Amino acid sequence: MISIQTLGFSYPGAGFRLQVPALAVAQGEKLAVIGPSGSGKTTLLNLIAGISVPDTGQVRVGKTTVSQLGDAARRNFRITNIGFVFQDFQLLDYLSVLDNVLHPYRISSALQLNRAVRRRALELLEQMGIAELRSQPSHALSQGEQQRAAICRALLPQPALILADEATGNLDPDNKQLILDMLFARVDDNAATLLAVTHDHELLPRFDRVQDFADFRGAAS
Amino acid sequence: MMDSLYVAWRYVTWNRGKTLVLVASITLIVFLPLALQVLLDESERQLRTRALDTPLLLGAGGSALDLVMSSLYFDDELPVPIDMRAPAVIDASGLAYPVPLYVRFMARGAPIVGTTLDYFDFRGLRPAQGRLFAVLGEAVIGAEVAKRLGIGVGDSLVSSPDNLFDIAGVYPLKMSVVGVLADSHGPDDRAVFVDVKTAWVIEGLGHGHQDLAKTADSSVILQKDAGSVTANAKLLQYTEITANNIDSFHFHGSAAGYPLTALLVVPDDDKAEARLRGRFLDDDRYQLVKPDAVIDGLMENIFRIKQVIDAVIVIVAIATLLTIVLVFALSLRIRREEMQTIFRIGCSRMTTVRLLSAEILIIVTASAVLCAGLLWLIHVNSAALVQGLILR
Repeated sequence: MISIQTLGFSYPGAGFRLQVPALAVAQGEKLAVIGPSGSGKTTLLNLIAGISVPDTGQVRVGKTTVSQLGDAARRNFRITNIGFVFQDFQLLDYLSVLDNVLHPYRISSALQLNRAVRRRALELLEQMGIAELRSQPSHALSQGEQQRAAICRALLPQPALILADEATGNLDPDNKQLILDMLFARVDDNAATLLAVTHDHELLPRFDRVQDFADFRGAAS
Repeated sequence: MMDSLYVAWRYVTWNRGKTLVLVASITLIVFLPLALQVLLDESERQLRTRALDTPLLLGAGGSALDLVMSSLYFDDELPVPIDMRAPAVIDASGLAYPVPLYVRFMARGAPIVGTTLDYFDFRGLRPAQGRLFAVLGEAVIGAEVAKRLGIGVGDSLVSSPDNLFDIAGVYPLKMSVVGVLADSHGPDDRAVFVDVKTAWVIEGLGHGHQDLAKTADSSVILQKDAGSVTANAKLLQYTEITANNIDSFHFHGSAAGYPLTALLVVPDDDKAEARLRGRFLDDDRYQLVKPDAVIDGLMENIFRIKQVIDAVIVIVAIATLLTIVLVFALSLRIRREEMQTIFRIGCSRMTTVRLLSAEILIIVTASAVLCAGLLWLIHVNSAALVQGLILR
């Protein structure tokens, strides 16, 4: 699903340089990425998603070499093929839970909002146990409920790849397990691939594989 | 675009306070100059219509504007008075007929206009109820006065004292309302019309009291000579003119010296008007003015002031717009995380611009609708507003 070769990236004017000699993630695999803060985990997610473009090497997601796409093509690829789950949920206060879930469809012409999509959104909310909260403003939800809504938003376009950046980092232990259960179940339902950045070693046994950034020799300079 | 509008609508309704302030600011900055223009246009229309309907005004030397404003709009600025010799001068010219005006007193907030029945013919005023005044002490009221005070034919109206602290002064006169004029949509609607002699009674130039020759109470007599009787302050002065006491009303002194504030002068034709104006060109006692020329001068001044106001409004508008730009710029900074999130999800920069444009569009549209509504209200009520606020 994901194939990375001799990836190199640095931020202009910064001493940091990310180097990933090789990384492959199979279709349907759940990979946990660990490593110390500042080691470039989030940067790696940005490179896979096409938010940033590598200086060297290439990133392939499925059959698409993301790193070779132009700006607009990368955006369209991202919104149709990749679902993002953030640590701080990133829901919009001024939208209801349902509107937050539908938001990607309202901000991109690559996705078409129709009845089927609405129905699927409601089903997702039902599966995540927050269907009754669909009309509530997102800020009125608990943190666990907000992350469930954020997962619904990431999953609604039925992406082949889910990128989770510390998705359970702001949750209490009970909610961590619950959210992870729900995320894994939905990923399995969609036969999607999951790449999750985490600092929580308790959760690692639940992943198919763990990739430690320390394994990338010369990762940071 | 509909999706952008939906999201933008959610944003602006969520941030109600900020949206209301922005809408109010934009509305006010657009509404104020336009409303001012509507009111000025209506003022000009009313001023000019009335002025054009009045061929000439004769008054004492002094402010022509005070003379016009007092005689046409019953303004409370009192022009220098003339006297009853003036109508005789006009009559003697054989070129016009005069309509006397004495506008000095008030009754419950309405100006009392002392005149003759010629005034109603000249202005085309007809009573909607009752009749025109016929004898001393009767009043005909304008439609708005009747509505405002809730009075009609058969009711009475008391003149307001000239000075509340002058306890030895002239008593207010209770006048009986005998007619209510049909609505004329002008200053006449807000006036109380009486015969000019009734106005002089209000001033104290004429009065009625108990007959000293018939009174049995000798304590009211101060001095009695062969030809005259002098009463003291105990003498009963009538404050209402009735059928029973009207015969006791009389005037002292020469009628030629009784005051008027102006004469409406109605020339026979254009030639007569030109000749009359020529005659009064260098007159020391009187000025004969063409009201429309005076109003033209007034309007020129008003528009000069309006230009200054417009310039001030433009400066305030620029300041407001800069503030609005600042509000949006700060709002963008606050929303940077939100913008980054939707960018990470896959939204283009153009979509971000479209979302912000939709927010601006909603705010500007709301302001435009509000402004249009307010302007419509001003427009439909402009006549009343001008009469109530400007031509009071």
